[in-house]
Amino acid sequence: MALKQYIEDRQRNKDLLLMTHVVCGYPSFEANLKELEIMNEAGVDFVELQFPFSEPSADGPLFVKANQIAVDNGVTVEQCFDFMAKVSQLFDFKVLMMGYYNTIFKMGAQAFIDRLKAAGGCGFIVPDLPLEEAGELHSYAKTQAIAPIVLMTPTNTDARLQKIAEAAEGFVYVVARRGVTGSKTAMDAEVGEFLDKCRKISPLPIGVGFGVAAKEDLAFLAKHADMGIIGTAALKAWEEGEEKALREFFQSLGLLN
Amino acid sequence: MDLFDFKPGREGYYGDYGGSFLPEILTTTVEELKAAFAEIKHDPSFWQEFEQLMQSYSGRPTPVSHLANLSAQLGGAQIYVKREDLNHTGSHKINNVMGQGLLCKRLGKKRVIAETGAGQHGFATATMAARFGFDCKIYMGAVDVARQRPNVFWMENLGAEVIAVKDGQQTLKDAINECLRDWVTNMHDTHYVLGTAAGPHPFPEMVSFFQSIIGREARGQILSAAGKLPDKIYACVGGGSNAMGLFQGFLDDNQVELVGCEAGGLGPGEGNHASRLAYKDASVGVAQGFKTYFLQNQDGNMLHTKSVAAGLDYIGVNPALVYLWEQNRVRFEAVTDAEVTEALKLCMRSEGLIPALESSHAFARAITEAPNMSKDEVILINQSGRGDKDIFTVADALDDDHWKQFIKEKADQYGA
Repeated sequence: MALKQYIEDRQRNKDLLLMTHVVCGYPSFEANLKELEIMNEAGVDFVELQFPFSEPSADGPLFVKANQIAVDNGVTVEQCFDFMAKVSQLFDFKVLMMGYYNTIFKMGAQAFIDRLKAAGGCGFIVPDLPLEEAGELHSYAKTQAIAPIVLMTPTNTDARLQKIAEAAEGFVYVVARRGVTGSKTAMDAEVGEFLDKCRKISPLPIGVGFGVAAKEDLAFLAKHADMGIIGTAALKAWEEGEEKALREFFQSLGLLN
Repeated sequence: MDLFDFKPGREGYYGDYGGSFLPEILTTTVEELKAAFAEIKHDPSFWQEFEQLMQSYSGRPTPVSHLANLSAQLGGAQIYVKREDLNHTGSHKINNVMGQGLLCKRLGKKRVIAETGAGQHGFATATMAARFGFDCKIYMGAVDVARQRPNVFWMENLGAEVIAVKDGQQTLKDAINECLRDWVTNMHDTHYVLGTAAGPHPFPEMVSFFQSIIGREARGQILSAAGKLPDKIYACVGGGSNAMGLFQGFLDDNQVELVGCEAGGLGPGEGNHASRLAYKDASVGVAQGFKTYFLQNQDGNMLHTKSVAAGLDYIGVNPALVYLWEQNRVRFEAVTDAEVTEALKLCMRSEGLIPALESSHAFARAITEAPNMSKDEVILINQSGRGDKDIFTVADALDDDHWKQFIKEKADQYGA
């Protein structure tokens, strides 16, 4: 499908792709645009646009706060889709919806996928939707060439990883460790072995997230995976010093001059 | 009826409600939990062990008391009360907690975590952890910490660490989110002792299983005390654990009407209450690991809830109760904060009972309906907890001058 071609094209010039993350409407849509301009300049390949939810139970403290403030500020699902449409027009990277299942459930699976497609999204990541409950959503998504991005985790049995691999489209999101988003992951031999296993089980490209924050992490991932996924670290930089600090963060990754 | 005899491919579902919506990283842990629970459920010696423990440690069976004064005063049905308040730690929460404690031992885990609203579940969990030798961390919304300090005091002194959760609206739902975050990090050595019959499968089933001890006892007790089955039984419903506990004893007795009493707070209207089914402000959604009626907006973001009773102040409700409500097997009513205070005062003065603010919701509804029933009809109320913990809230509600004076003097003593 189109996503496969896109990933192959992007892989031609670098040994590791990069996906980043912003929480829609936090601290504001204007600030989101500034973040995305810098990410685009840094050559990011995918961006997850997180639709804020009031109960972000898989997220760590920084994203919890971001979700909460965005919800309190009255950010709606409709605004997030409008923003996605704008972003997918403006930038080179591809965008995915990231969020919690209730957002989709309230819209209905088909309406959600149709709206996502119309807004230029290429896929979605929903951490609280297990495969067993995803049937209707995933099958309709596939008819619309929208990729359901599924997660592999280090606590899964091999049989389960196999099942996840069978449901995957586009790329696989590998969670590097236990826990929520945001804390540091020691990129050690154990993580490497797990990534190698995931790569063996799935023919699709492997993206790795949770605790990816530094240049060394990316260097490590380049040996075991196809894409690094940076979430909290970029938001943390923005919180510390907005554009300047975010720019410095991407410089520290060697992605900006 | 067997609510837990799931159809193939519909494990954990009660009609359209329930299920399990958890991050992938918990799949293996939940599978282990389901297997361990299935084992004890089908092992008759487990129930024996559990019953003996509850007898020797928590004073079970708890009695059923006839409220002759209140019944006469209201002039209608004979009112009986199942006294879960007489359990160790003062509420029905201990039933589930000791059950999960035994399960945790079988799982070989050394650490327990729990959310708590009113503090009764946290208090019970801290007690269980002390007795079984587990490390214990309790997550409690900061708003609830502020209004339920006596329970926080006991939890800490029992050796538990109490974390005041400052996310969201800082109540029960936020404490549950924080537990889920802890669990996805520490599941290898940690069991999540979920306190109510909500959340992902198998929790609604498992909590209902342990709480069914209430209804199993109550059915026999009311038969011998009143000489017949009750015409109506009342239980308050936050997440739904005490209601599920009592109702299960009477599910097959179709002549017994089951009444769930929700927190009406200030009355109908978004943000004023925590009534999911009796009022019309809730809709079906998926959050905190399960599908049920939630108080939420069109986008699926949760609304603020309000109740004088921290233990009922929750966005969602047990999925089996929703199913039973749809089948017209359980009737749901909302009780306002004002009605709750009046009911509590009446119980104290007429019967010397001090029900928790949560349980007072069930009393209030029964008190409203009893006068319209005949004298040979029978009501059974679940007094799920005792009201001592609510002394600060109740003193405020009653505007008690002597209490205020005492607090001022105490504050002076502490150099405030």
